[in-house]
This record gives sequence, structure tokens and C-alpha cells, in this order.
Amino acid sequence: MAAVSQSAMAAKPSVENPKMTARNLDLFYSDNQALYEVDLDIAEKQVTALIGPSGCGKSTFLRCLNRMNDTIDGVTIKGEVTLDGRDIYDKRIDVVQLRARIGMVFQKPNPFPKSIYDNVAYGPRIHGLVNSRDELDEIVMTSLERAGLLKEVKDRLQSPATGLSGGQQQRLCIARAVAVSPEVILMDEPCSALDPIATAKVEELIDELRSNYTIVIVTHSMQQAARVSQRTAFFHLGKLVEVGETDQIFTNPKDERTKGYITGRFG
Amino acid sequence: MSLSFLLLAVAALCALSFYFGRQRAVALSGGRHSNLHSLPVHYGAYTAAWCGLPALALLLIWYMFQGSVIEALIVSDLPQEILEDSGRLSLALNSISLIAAGNGQHLSVEPEIVDAGRRLANIQTIASAALVVVMLSGAVLGLSLSYRKITADMRARNNIERIARYVMIACSAIAILSTVGIVFSLLFEALHFFTKINPLEFLFGLEWSPQTAIRADQVASEGAFGAIPLFVGTLLITLIAMCVAVPIGLFSAVYMGEYASPKFRAIAKPALEILAGVPTVVYGFFAALTVAPFLRDNGAILGLDVSSESALAAGLVMGIMIIPFVSSLSDDVMSQVPKSLRDGSYGLGATKSETIRNVIFPAALPGIVGAVLLAVSRAIGETMIVVMAAGLAANMTANPLQAVTTVTVQIVTLLVGDQEFDSAKTLSAFALGLVLFLVTLGLNVFALKVVQKYREKYD
Repeated sequence: MAAVSQSAMAAKPSVENPKMTARNLDLFYSDNQALYEVDLDIAEKQVTALIGPSGCGKSTFLRCLNRMNDTIDGVTIKGEVTLDGRDIYDKRIDVVQLRARIGMVFQKPNPFPKSIYDNVAYGPRIHGLVNSRDELDEIVMTSLERAGLLKEVKDRLQSPATGLSGGQQQRLCIARAVAVSPEVILMDEPCSALDPIATAKVEELIDELRSNYTIVIVTHSMQQAARVSQRTAFFHLGKLVEVGETDQIFTNPKDERTKGYITGRFG
Repeated sequence: MSLSFLLLAVAALCALSFYFGRQRAVALSGGRHSNLHSLPVHYGAYTAAWCGLPALALLLIWYMFQGSVIEALIVSDLPQEILEDSGRLSLALNSISLIAAGNGQHLSVEPEIVDAGRRLANIQTIASAALVVVMLSGAVLGLSLSYRKITADMRARNNIERIARYVMIACSAIAILSTVGIVFSLLFEALHFFTKINPLEFLFGLEWSPQTAIRADQVASEGAFGAIPLFVGTLLITLIAMCVAVPIGLFSAVYMGEYASPKFRAIAKPALEILAGVPTVVYGFFAALTVAPFLRDNGAILGLDVSSESALAAGLVMGIMIIPFVSSLSDDVMSQVPKSLRDGSYGLGATKSETIRNVIFPAALPGIVGAVLLAVSRAIGETMIVVMAAGLAANMTANPLQAVTTVTVQIVTLLVGDQEFDSAKTLSAFALGLVLFLVTLGLNVFALKVVQKYREKYD
């Protein structure tokens, strides 16, 4: 345990002016501990990639950042997670508003069985972000535009979203998240269900979104982490092993386990 | 030898042939089962099946033809004058079978008939002895033939598989054919009814008083067979029942599925489903003895004239009965909505009730509609509660405080007691049954279609 903390320290978990921080984060599913003392900073307007073998806790950690784990029974969390310096597990924080500020895109595209338009309009509607139909139209259009989907769907906004291809559905989910104007977007293996061409489009999109949003992405593909992220964190067995600039992690990892994973010796 | 002994004997032969077949296979294997194509039990089952099935098939064929063959034999010997008059013929056949059964001492009939009765008794004795011989020889023949066919490389296993398939086909054929049979008997009796009463009058008539005169000069000799009041009554009670069952069932399903802790759910869900296990007759007297007087007394306080058998009482109790239907079916469809959709909604900052209202409900809607339609067809066909609580008066009213009657209640009252089976009164029960069957069938088909459409959506 001490060794882990040391190596994580050596790789500088902290950045200046972090958007989000996690300190001493432990998480238990009933009696099984899934995360051990995770300390990690998320830099503002950068892409942070979380990598590691299956079951290492990277998705669990991601879901701590917008309290999605609250929806699972029997989860207990210790430690602190902050957004702009405020503890998000504080009792005074409204989880509904928190999730509006921290959007999420899931592993499998999960558009609602509604029209394309209604999917994007869902968030603005429930949060009362608009006062008129025109404003809503505008938000839907800009969100689709930002997700690079507008051109493909502008003639069929009222047709069901489930009729789109997998890659289009995933970009629709990104548009849906963007429509609420979040500050942070969490992505849980957003390309794992997509083909290489759709993946390339989504990766391109992530790179563009970086100028407006802070992004945290969980990925199984190390090439993807290398392509899209500025910082990379390597998780192993529920522990944060190493975190640093993506270049440094991939070219000069400090920890043996990181090196082993990146060179493909395990995982 | 009676039939049950005969069947026992065949079963014993089957057991014996199982043993023989197995023994022969073991003997052929020379101690190593791998020398055989199939396991020894397969050979045993093979011989047993070929012993039992031909015997049963012979029995079935025998019973299908025995009656008509014997009748033909008897009739051919009767004098010409009896044969020409169909009424006399059927009377004569009746007496003959009575005499044959030994109950004809008090009958005063022609000597030919008495002779025919004795002959019938003879034939019957011979026939049952012949049946024993035929069946047992069929069994033994099957046993010996299949026993001889056993060799080390005979494919007994595949053979058994094929036999099992045919047995299952036979079982499902029985289920389907009996349904078809019921439908056809309904249909024919209803057609019989429609030769007496104009179908248009039946379907669109506004008055229901199913009387048939015994004498032509009787008061109210003209019966009225307009089914509309019955269907209005059925509809009214179903509507009341649905007004109770749909909201309560749906909201309890939402609570159980989305809000309740697993512990509470584990207790509450079975408890709710116990409601479905209460016999409907219990609901019936609950409605008639508790709810109806309660409504009447409280109605009196409010200055309302509530009859002591009211549509409201029957409908309310029926609604309670249907709650578990609606709740458990809609709970099932709502829990089938993928977790990823919930996550998507929560991830956008929706609350639980927003997620349920905007995502889960619309996604599960077709399934919920299906559940409600199934509940409606259940309510329409429900009998016991309405018999006890709704009354018999065929009022055509939309006032839930009055007594109304339903299709099922009328079918019960038409067929209870001594009735002639060719009067319009009794036959109208079949016509009502047919229409009721068509309505619930239509609803069920529609509900299943809706549910299927839903299933295709998420897979």
C-alpha cells in the first residue's frame, strides 16, 4: 500500500488548478473493496484517460465523479471528491444539479426510445434551461453540431433515435450530454461498441470538445488513450498505480506494472 | 376384465418388456456398454414403448368404432316398421340398451326388442373379451418384434427420441383439439339459436328478458333477446374495475420495481400476488356481504339511492382482484427496460420520478398496454363476483349505483337448473358465450401483438 502511494506521488497526482480532485477515495461494493485510497486530480479543459486491465476499478472511479454509484445498492464510499473545490459528497449538494454539471456518456450507446430531437432536448427540458421552443431548437441544433451529427440527421430530427447506426447513436448521446452545458463530461469506454470508422469520428469529436469541456475517459485501448488524452492514469487492482502526462506514461513509465501493461505483458 | 385392469396389465407388460429389452442389450454388449450403439436403458425403453403404444392405439381405435359397429349390428335385425320411424327407432334403441344392462324388466315392449336387448348384451360381452385379447396380443406382438430387433448397433436412442416427439405432438394435439372442439360446440349451438332468433335482434336489441312460452297463451310469451343491456352492464363493471386496478396496480408496480428496497420488495411482492390466489367466490361474498351494504348505507347518508346489488360494489371488488395482474405484468415489463436507459437519464441529472415518467414509462408503454388489455379480458370473463354482487336485472344504465347484469351472470342463470336444451332461452347462453369468447379472444390477440412488438424493441 505504501509503495503504491509513493509511486503515485512520484508521478505527481496533482495539477495546478484542478477541475476535480479525488483524495483518499475508498469504495466498497457491500464487503468487497473496489477502490483503495485513490488520489487523482482532473485538469481543466484537458482529456484525462483512465486505463488498466478489466476489473481494475477505472469505471467505478469514473462513476464516483458524478455519484452514479449512488444508484447501485450497497455501495459505500469514503474519502473526498471535489468539483471546483467543493466536496460533491457533501449533504448539501443536490445530486441532480451535480449531474447536470458533470455529464456522462456510457459504454453502450443508450439513446432513449424517442425521436432524435427529443433525445437531445431531454436534459434542457427537465432542467428548465429554456423558455421557448425557439431556444430549445437552438440548443438542440448547436448540441448536434458540436457532436458532429447535425449534417447527418438534420432532415430527420423527428425520426426515432434507435434507427441511427451505433456510431451515430453514440454521438447522439454525446450531443445529449452536451445539451445540458456541463462543465465535465465523463466517458465510460465510449467506443467499445463501435467500429473503427465510428471510433475515429468519436475520437476526433473528443479532441474538439476539449476546448470547451473537461473530459475524463475510461478506455481499454491504449492507442486511444495515447491519441486523445493529455494525462493518463493507470489503475491496477483498485489502486491508482501511476498518473502523469500521457507522453511520459507511454514512453517512460515509472512503475514496473505500468510498463508491463503498456508493453502488453499483462491485461 | 374391466378397463382399469386391462390398462394395469398393459403397464405390467411394459415394465416386463423394459426389463427384457435391457437384459438383451446387456447380454449383447458382452459386459461393455460401449459396444452398444445406445445405453441399455434406451433398449429397455424402446421395447417398452413398442409394447405399450400399439396396445393403446388399438384401444383407442376400438372405442372409436365399437359403438357404431354394435349399433349397426343391432339395427340390421330390427323389423322394417320400426326402422322407418326415426322416433320409434331411437325409443327402441333406448329400450334395447336398458334391457341389455339388465334394467328392462318393467318395460312393456315387443318381443323383437327384448330379443335384440339380449343379443346386445351378448355382443357386448363378446366385444369386451375381444378387446382384451386384441390389446394384449398387440402388446405381446410389439414386445416380441421389438425384442428381436435389438442388436448391438441398433439405434435405440434415436428411436426413443422420435417416439418421445410423437408423444409430445399427441399431447399438444389433445390440448389444441379440445379448445377447437369447445369453440365448435359453442358455434353450432349459437347457430342453432340464430335460426330461432334473428342475429341482428340479438346483437343490437335493447331489451333482455329471456322467456320462452310453454303454452302459446302465456303472459309474456314473447321473449326478448337483445344482448346490448348485458354488454353495457359488463362494460360498466369492467370500466369500474379498471379504474380501480390500473392506477393502483401501476403505481404499486412502480413502487415495487423502482423505489422499494430489495428487502421490502421480497416481502411485499409475494404478498400482493397472494391477492391473485384468493378464490373468486371469496371476493364474491366479500362484495355482496361487506362492500355492497357499506355502499348502500353510506349512500343513504349522502342521500343517494344505492341499490343493494350495485355495479359499483361488484366493480370495486373486481378491481381489487385484478390489481396483482396489472402490477405483476407491468412490473415485469418495466424491469425489462434496460438499465442503460435509466443510467442515461440519471446521468443527465434526472430525478427518479422524471426518469420513470419520461424514459421508463414510454419505453414500457406497449407492455403496460398489453398487461391492461389482458386484465380487461379477465374482468370481462369474470363470473363469480358479479353473480353474487351485481344482480340479475338487465338494466341499461350507466349509473354505477344501480343493479346491472353481465353476460357471464346471464349465462349462469340461463343454464342453472332444469332446462330444455332446444329452447331459445337455453341456446341464447351459447350465443352469449360465443360473443364473449370472441371479445376476449380479440382482446388477448391484440394484447399479445402489442407485447410482441415491445419485445422486438430491446434485444
